[in-house]
Amino acid sequence: MTAMQATFRQRLTSADQGPLDYGRRLWLKGLFAIVILLLYAPVVTLIAFSFNTDRRNVVWRGFTLDNYVKAWENSALIEAFTNSLVIAAIATVTSTIIGSMVALLLWRFRFPGKPAYEGFMALPIVIPEICMGVALLAFFARLGWWSSVAALPWPLNLSTIIIAHVAFCFPFVAIVVRARMVGFNRELEEASKDLGASEWQTFWSVIYPFMQPGVVAGALLAFTLSLDDFVITFFTSGPETVTFPVKVYSLVRRGVSPEINAISTALIVITVIATILAMKLQTPERQAGA
Amino acid sequence: MTKPIISIRNLTKRFGPIAAVDDVSFDIAPNEFFALLGPSGCGKTTLLRMIAGLETPTEGEIVIDGQNMAFTPPNQRPVNMVFQSYAVFPHMTVRSNVEYGLRVVGTPREETRRRAEDALAMVKLSDLAERRPDQLSGGQRQRVALARALVKRPKVLLLDEPLSALDAKLREQMQIELTRLQRTVGITFIIVTHDQDEALSMANRIAVMNEGEVSQIASPADLYEHPSSRFVADFIGKVNLIEARVKSRKNGHLLLSAKSIGDVEVPFDKPADGAVTLAVRPEKLKLQPNEPARQDLIIVHGKVRDVAYYGDTSHVIVSGKDGIELSINVQNDSRAGGAGVKQGQEIWVSWLPRDTLVLTE
Repeated sequence: MTAMQATFRQRLTSADQGPLDYGRRLWLKGLFAIVILLLYAPVVTLIAFSFNTDRRNVVWRGFTLDNYVKAWENSALIEAFTNSLVIAAIATVTSTIIGSMVALLLWRFRFPGKPAYEGFMALPIVIPEICMGVALLAFFARLGWWSSVAALPWPLNLSTIIIAHVAFCFPFVAIVVRARMVGFNRELEEASKDLGASEWQTFWSVIYPFMQPGVVAGALLAFTLSLDDFVITFFTSGPETVTFPVKVYSLVRRGVSPEINAISTALIVITVIATILAMKLQTPERQAGA
Repeated sequence: MTKPIISIRNLTKRFGPIAAVDDVSFDIAPNEFFALLGPSGCGKTTLLRMIAGLETPTEGEIVIDGQNMAFTPPNQRPVNMVFQSYAVFPHMTVRSNVEYGLRVVGTPREETRRRAEDALAMVKLSDLAERRPDQLSGGQRQRVALARALVKRPKVLLLDEPLSALDAKLREQMQIELTRLQRTVGITFIIVTHDQDEALSMANRIAVMNEGEVSQIASPADLYEHPSSRFVADFIGKVNLIEARVKSRKNGHLLLSAKSIGDVEVPFDKPADGAVTLAVRPEKLKLQPNEPARQDLIIVHGKVRDVAYYGDTSHVIVSGKDGIELSINVQNDSRAGGAGVKQGQEIWVSWLPRDTLVLTE
């Protein structure tokens, strides 16, 4: 045994650590703490300061719920917030359906130009958002949609934004669902047909249950992407329509008010609840079997 | 033969320029346990999938119970399949899996329940009906696949390599159970396998396939003792193959000159001339430490090159002059000596001329 091996072994036994006992190493604990701090401290601050009495929101002066009341009474803010939720909801449903269908197409069929199609489909993910925003702006302007769409009743006046959101959300859904389908055993589909099921029955009772976690994950992704998109929305919203991120941006230029903290906290709560619900929806079957 | 349940007529399947199944024709009688046997890539699975409707033939007919169904979709054929991966639906309980095939065609609830119950009892899974597939062993999952197919009361049950994923002990047990099941339900079984033991022990009739064509269709014993070609003889069981030339024919006998053995006379009643192959099974050969006295035997003198011990038998390889090598199966019928021969020992190998096969193709 060389000297180095000896010291190494001694160190191991003296600290009474196994080679995989990472949780007991101090430097690793430190690193972990720093990462958690950097990731969540801003969010915690945001939530904490939404209960602050200080108008300028710089120092902590005392606990209050007034900010929530004020945010609720700020009709412009609430309108932007509702717009965002409606856009996100419609864009999520649409892009989940389109994205899942694209994923199925790519998983299931062979056709000429498939690689090119696959590349094109993923394009909205890779092109810079600013380019996509300008492109959509030019597109809608060329069609002369601005005036006509803005004149439509709510929520149809949001349709340019919704179309833009679907355009950049569905590729994410498609990629997640496609990745999920790679693990599908084609014999399951064949077995279903062999047992007398039609294509339609096979899809809903065998393929879709397998696909579902991918669909839910894709939908969640689409919802978050749509909800907090700023750049593309900024370019595609008409002068009258405002979404939450755009509104917050215009307010922040005049300083961060506790109201913004309050409504941001509400947004965080909504997304967390949505995520928990989605995860719950995926598991009950497995729990029932245990 | 009674009216066949399945009649394959000039069936061909091409993938591009390659014919996976090449102009195959044969009949399967009701109640048969039929095996499609062959090395991987011989087209046996493609043939089975065409019968199931999962693959569309390029040409030919598949007549199932009097109707040509070559282009009928799988969900409208009176056949069901047990898949190689079992393909048990992972998100359903055992019971839902079994009921699935009845539910999708709108069978009344009461009947569905009863028939699923019967099918589960038949494969001894009644106790596990509420389990999920991931809580079952491989053998149990296979029973689910079996019950799921049998509950449909198909005219023909197709089994694609059903035992390949099981361990040796369980495989043997399932072989027995499958034959018993086939007798009980009285349904035609078609099994695809690359394992000759499986085919020999279970099937009534075996079709040996090679490169998309059927080489021979016969009962297990006929296939083993009377193979029609070198390929079949070599594929089914072990065999010693010896090159030979026909010298002359006379009333049911052939006089041949065999490589490194010399002149031999064997019974053979079909026309043959030129180069042929002699085939003799390892268990038909006898080993003796001295030259055998009988004159009617075919005898080869050589040295023991290898002895492989298999518990119940030993395989002995003897090399003679001119590089001839023979493998001999010896029963280890006494606890004392094994094969009773040592490596390097001088030895005489002998067999009866009537145990020699003459293969002309």
